[in-house]
Amino acid sequence: MPRAHRARTPHSRGRAYGQVRIQAPGRTRSVSVKTPRSRGPVSSELLAVLADAPQPVDGQLHRLDEAAVESLRTTSDVLRDDDLQVTLFCLNALHYDGLDGVDDGWEWHTGLGAVRGRIESAFELALRERVVTPARPASLSANAVAAALFELAAADKSPGLSRYVASKATEQQLAEFLIQRSVYQLREADPHTWAIPRLNARAKAALVEIQSDEYGAGRPERMHSTLFAETMRGLGLDDSYGGYVDQVPAITLASVNMMTLFGLHRRLRGSIVGHLAAFEITSSVPNRFYGNGFRRLGHGGLTEYFDEHVEADAVHEQIAARDLAGGLVEAEPGLIDDVLFGAAAGLTMDGWVTEHVLAAWTAGRSSLTTATTVAA
Amino acid sequence: MAAERPAATITACPDGPLLVRGDVDVVTASGELVPRRRRTVALCRCGFSAIKPFCDGSHKAAGFRTRDGE
Repeated sequence: MPRAHRARTPHSRGRAYGQVRIQAPGRTRSVSVKTPRSRGPVSSELLAVLADAPQPVDGQLHRLDEAAVESLRTTSDVLRDDDLQVTLFCLNALHYDGLDGVDDGWEWHTGLGAVRGRIESAFELALRERVVTPARPASLSANAVAAALFELAAADKSPGLSRYVASKATEQQLAEFLIQRSVYQLREADPHTWAIPRLNARAKAALVEIQSDEYGAGRPERMHSTLFAETMRGLGLDDSYGGYVDQVPAITLASVNMMTLFGLHRRLRGSIVGHLAAFEITSSVPNRFYGNGFRRLGHGGLTEYFDEHVEADAVHEQIAARDLAGGLVEAEPGLIDDVLFGAAAGLTMDGWVTEHVLAAWTAGRSSLTTATTVAA
Repeated sequence: MAAERPAATITACPDGPLLVRGDVDVVTASGELVPRRRRTVALCRCGFSAIKPFCDGSHKAAGFRTRDGE
């Protein structure tokens, strides 16, 4: 049952109960995410709604919904629409750590759920139209599914960001690379963790085995997100989650929103599993190159994150492809297409982000956004 | 169910490494312990890894084939 209007509980972070007001950035230090700036009419309406305590569906929520409908009707590309992607990012953030100054009670608000559903539907449709899902393998055994996933990743012809970083990136581009990646990597593994209670037996054990490693196997200092934060600090960057959300382009937000879409919908459990498998399969070798780029520019002391992934993801890719994805398909053969779609979507999306970054860099521009701020 | 579980298992991954789970020391030829940083490790068997004895995924680009089931 939705708990839309529930008051803040004693477990809520931050301020005391009762009336909730947005506070100036930096005034409250909590684990929640710095609230992004609006990038257009929909996100402006959303931030206006979130500034107050949860309300029944009223005029303000109707205006948000109407803005979303209008924007979805007129957008030329939902995947690259700054306003819609930052709106979805903010709505999703309510399910992770929350947003600074926003009442936790908004998380399951039915009015916001409706808006999220509209944007997600258009987003998923766009992905299904543009991502080429490979044919099913002849056999649906775990080994055959794993082989199909390794083959799909090997056939991916996306340009390699890692090779550029290894041989050409400047100091500024290294920083931009970390900023682009930080929107996911400071929360590394979280979107896939949503799938754990939706899986069973071999697939569940496999996912927990991988995630335990991602989360440091009991040692917080070994959490991959923590290692990434250390790398960011090493280059003098802000390692707080969301610190750079305002600077990344829509397609980077879309890559994270896609993981949340797959992770938060049980219906798409096959796709979040396929996504993780593709992610792990395409991780070890690129991370060696990323590390090489840092070493080339004299940052040999900052490569722990990348070195860790060279070794860890060579383990994870085997478990993810065979035990997780293969195990899931053996248990639920009807999910094969979702697994393949999730894997192909992960590879394709990574290609889109890379194209954006490399197009900017090879033209001598920054890959970060200069999206105008629209007053809420 | 087997009455006793093995202390360790080694999974031979098709076209890939050996996955080692459980209580096993990995040592060099001279008997020195190879530090193990995770519970489950992958040992190279294609020969191309740059972090031997561990796997770094190089078997894929190298086209390593184990010919399982052939």
